[in-house]
Amino acid sequence: MKKQRLVMRTVILLVLGAAVAYTLYANFTKDKIQKVAVGEKAPDFVLTDMDGNKHKLSDYEGQGVFLNFWGTWCKPCEKEMPYMNNQYEQFKDEGVHVLAVNVGETDLAVNKFSERYDLAFPIVIDKDGQVQSAYGINPLPATFLIDKDGKVVKYITGEMTEETIKSYMEQIKP
Amino acid sequence: MKEVKCDCGHVNPIGTILCESCGKVLEEKEKDNKLLDMRYEGSARRSQTYNKTIIDKIWNFFSSVKVGVWLIVITLIASAVGTILPQEMYIPPIMPAAEYYEDQYGWIGKLYYDLGFHNLYSSWWYLILIASIGISLVICSLDRVVPLYRALNKQKVSRHESYLQRQRVFGASQPEDTDKAFTMAKEKLKSKKYSIREENGNILAEKGRFSRWGPYVNHVGLIIFLIGGMLRFVPGMYVDKILWIREGETKVIPETNGEYYLKNDSFILEMYDKEKDNEVFGEAIDKAGMVAKNYQSNVTLYKKQGDTVAGEEADLKKVKDYEVKVNKPLKFENFALYQVDYKLNELNKMSFALTNKKTGEEYGDLTVDLNRPQDEYDLGNGYKAEVVSYFPDFEFDENGEPVTKSRIPNNPAFVFKMFTPDKPDGEISFVAIRQTIEPFGDNEYKLAFKGIDTKNVSALTVRKDLTLWIIALGGVIFMIGVAQGSYWNHRRIWLRRVNGEVWVAGHTNKNWHGLKSEIEAALDGTGILMPEDQLQNQSEKKS
Amino acid sequence: MVTISSNLLYTAFILYLIATVFFAGSIKDKNRTKQGPNRWASIGLWISIIGFAAHLGYFITRWIAAGHAPVSNLFEFTTFFGMSLVGAFIVIYLIYKTPILGVFTLPVALLMIAYASMFPREVSPLIPALQSDWLHIHVTTAAVGQAILAVSFAAGLIYLVKSVDQTKQSKQRFWLEAVMFGLVCTLGFIIISSSFSASGYKAEFNWIDKNGQEDVLEYHMPALTGPHEGKLITKGKFEPLAEMPAIINAKKLNTVLWSLASGVLLYLALRLVLRKRVGAALQPLVKNINLDLVDEIAYRSVLIGFPVFTLGALIFAMIWAQIAWTRFWGWDPKEVWALITFLFYAAYLHLRLSKGWHGEKSAWLAVIGFIIIMFNLVAVNLVIAGLHSYAGS
Repeated sequence: MKKQRLVMRTVILLVLGAAVAYTLYANFTKDKIQKVAVGEKAPDFVLTDMDGNKHKLSDYEGQGVFLNFWGTWCKPCEKEMPYMNNQYEQFKDEGVHVLAVNVGETDLAVNKFSERYDLAFPIVIDKDGQVQSAYGINPLPATFLIDKDGKVVKYITGEMTEETIKSYMEQIKP
Repeated sequence: MKEVKCDCGHVNPIGTILCESCGKVLEEKEKDNKLLDMRYEGSARRSQTYNKTIIDKIWNFFSSVKVGVWLIVITLIASAVGTILPQEMYIPPIMPAAEYYEDQYGWIGKLYYDLGFHNLYSSWWYLILIASIGISLVICSLDRVVPLYRALNKQKVSRHESYLQRQRVFGASQPEDTDKAFTMAKEKLKSKKYSIREENGNILAEKGRFSRWGPYVNHVGLIIFLIGGMLRFVPGMYVDKILWIREGETKVIPETNGEYYLKNDSFILEMYDKEKDNEVFGEAIDKAGMVAKNYQSNVTLYKKQGDTVAGEEADLKKVKDYEVKVNKPLKFENFALYQVDYKLNELNKMSFALTNKKTGEEYGDLTVDLNRPQDEYDLGNGYKAEVVSYFPDFEFDENGEPVTKSRIPNNPAFVFKMFTPDKPDGEISFVAIRQTIEPFGDNEYKLAFKGIDTKNVSALTVRKDLTLWIIALGGVIFMIGVAQGSYWNHRRIWLRRVNGEVWVAGHTNKNWHGLKSEIEAALDGTGILMPEDQLQNQSEKKS
Repeated sequence: MVTISSNLLYTAFILYLIATVFFAGSIKDKNRTKQGPNRWASIGLWISIIGFAAHLGYFITRWIAAGHAPVSNLFEFTTFFGMSLVGAFIVIYLIYKTPILGVFTLPVALLMIAYASMFPREVSPLIPALQSDWLHIHVTTAAVGQAILAVSFAAGLIYLVKSVDQTKQSKQRFWLEAVMFGLVCTLGFIIISSSFSASGYKAEFNWIDKNGQEDVLEYHMPALTGPHEGKLITKGKFEPLAEMPAIINAKKLNTVLWSLASGVLLYLALRLVLRKRVGAALQPLVKNINLDLVDEIAYRSVLIGFPVFTLGALIFAMIWAQIAWTRFWGWDPKEVWALITFLFYAAYLHLRLSKGWHGEKSAWLAVIGFIIIMFNLVAVNLVIAGLHSYAGS
């Protein structure tokens, strides 16, 4: 009888305690939750680049994809572009692909920007925000490293140095 | 410790104060009191009787009403503190919160921010306070409802003399014909909807017992409500996004997995008009200047057909047209779209005329769509303007270079190259609003500003909240419980024959006034005297 | 229609005043029979009922004129609160037949209506957020709930006036007198602001707000505290005694100072006339009252009012907030203070049911509860800015 009561009380307290602990945990991690989590398959998309070529993410399976979201007004994006360009030249023959997704600016602005930095990798524009919505992008720049199986290996926000870009590309080399 | 066996033969749990069956006082301390403490029917509150392990100690802590009341009071004070200055979510985003509080409210603001009160309601300690109230609700209720149920279920009709004597309403009298008096009283009580139980010629009339469960019902409601609040944090249960959408634009609705699209057909802002609207508003409108009457987005909701990958041109099927207004959200599936903000007259198009500065002669107009500018605008006859650079939200950076702050055309600026038959190499001109710069010396031509075209932008909150029905269920159960406990009373009237006398006692959990008038009516004409209110007599003697 | 409406309100006000006199008279009446109320009291009741009918008339006519229930700004809400208070009093009176309750409740209602009329009285159109049937449902239910709770304040006050010993120095005596002083200050505010507005006092200042912007501020009372870097631009008006920094609202502070000053003067005058504390002066009125009965009235008012308040001020409020503001709860100050009121009365009920806080303790709680309700009505609208503050403009 007494033992039964103790068990009952322990169970009830544990359930209540677990609920509280979960709530607190969830409350403090809610800002960190990513729409596309590391280890998951990256959502597929199709976007057209400035030369009119279609790029479908799933077509690059078997290669690593360095997926970068950017805007022309975003200073850190602007800064890392030349680095990405340099490393792209190094890695493009080793099976690492760079896709730069502009977050829906005008063709004119994107073209001028691309000309200014002489960017070699394909730049696509996400006009109606579908891809940003699917990846839950905010703030810029945002970069996803996708391996040869199409899985997200890493998610990076904020500016990258040339060194880190290199190591990231190394990471997703097939 | 052992169970307590009463003289009447009933075995009570340990800690029982009044015998569950006959009501005899079992607890020594209680025996000296003139009136019984009838809370929880004198049943044994389990928690107080065991206090051995740590689990018991935690349990007993939360089982105490005193602790519960303290938790309520602390939460109350903490909540009040949170209203002294606005919470972070209500301050304008003009500067970081850390600076804002000090800037606006001085050292008090700084202190408030440093103590974390700017986000008080989502702080860990406030959550713990609320959670503790929740735990207290569960344990307090469990600990009390079971013994109370036992006590009310086991009660005998013939209560012990000491029990009757120590009821607040009690009296003894000798009617001429006791049997007749009992029959009369019984009939009258029945007509007052009392349920009557008889035993050895004694009577227990009872009604409204279910009101005793009111508090526990409302506690269940509150617990469900809190569970609903907790589920908010489970991923996927709750969506809170904002969608800015220009007139004419079609956008995917966030968090719908690319399933739904929205087109903003137009945004409408209406103000009250003294001439057209109800004339009694005239004075108020004069005083306030402008009073908004309506914010409305006329939208079309589309659903994507078939399986397309993000970025692909989706095949959209119209679901419905709707006028989203404040207080009138657009609902679909589990989502609702609310009108929450707007921006009037965002620049959409700008027109210029290629003009000879000296003669003023114009060689054609060009209109730039600010959200979709072309590379060049051919005006014919060898006149054309090429866009070298475009800055939708232009400013000069620290190096004096023109840059854009965002992609929104708040302050558009262009670098044009103007080609004319007499200047085949072109002239460079930097054109911004109310400003033209000619970086390479004087030009012969200019792009004269002709006019603008604007569009309104509407902001809609995208909301999904799968916890709503749980919250609502909790609320409904809570209200039922509160009403049950507040608007009904549990009344009991005992009539017992003791040595040729008739003893009458009455008890109610509240509204003694009502109980007494019912007893008075029931005993009227029976010859049994109206019992007295012993508490009132006591206090009158004192004063 | 608007004129008829305001005349009806005026009529109601006068009738309540007369009814108070009758209720007071019924207690002084030497010929009172032991059973039930006497003739003075029944006349008082009838006058209250007629007054209530007139008040209801004001409400209905104004509703018709505006096309929406007149509960959309501070004037309308507070008058409705006063009306509900009288209504709640009439109902409770019919149950318990205690004229003394009228002597305390009706003056509170009178103060309420007079206080309401210090705010802009014109019929205002509804902004989009208020255009909903929930305006009528939520606001009226919340006000009725608060009014019923306010009856418990009146009952609690009666209890305290009788039970607190005026012959000995004590905390209780001090705080009871403080409550009386608070009521006198409200009266002071009403007298001072209506006399200045009757005289049409108006003084304009140029001043600089906390964001460094220049602005014009209009005072309707002589400025004791002037605004930040304020320059008087209306000629021949009173120059401020002190200048306030920009983060303090000098105009509101000025009103508070005037109210306090007139409250103090009024209170001193009362003391001079009565030659004793206000609490002590009221004691003869409550001589014959049964403390248990008053305690029960206070408790029952809470029991009746609490569910109504919860329904109106929390549940209906949440439903409407979900529709109008996209979320049912957002920690807006007014919401928080409704929660505080709820928590307070929940604590009251627990203390009473489980801890046996009856009688005087319970009466003090009823008084504090009313102070919280008034704080939510006055301070949260006028001092703390929030989503509900349109009601205070």
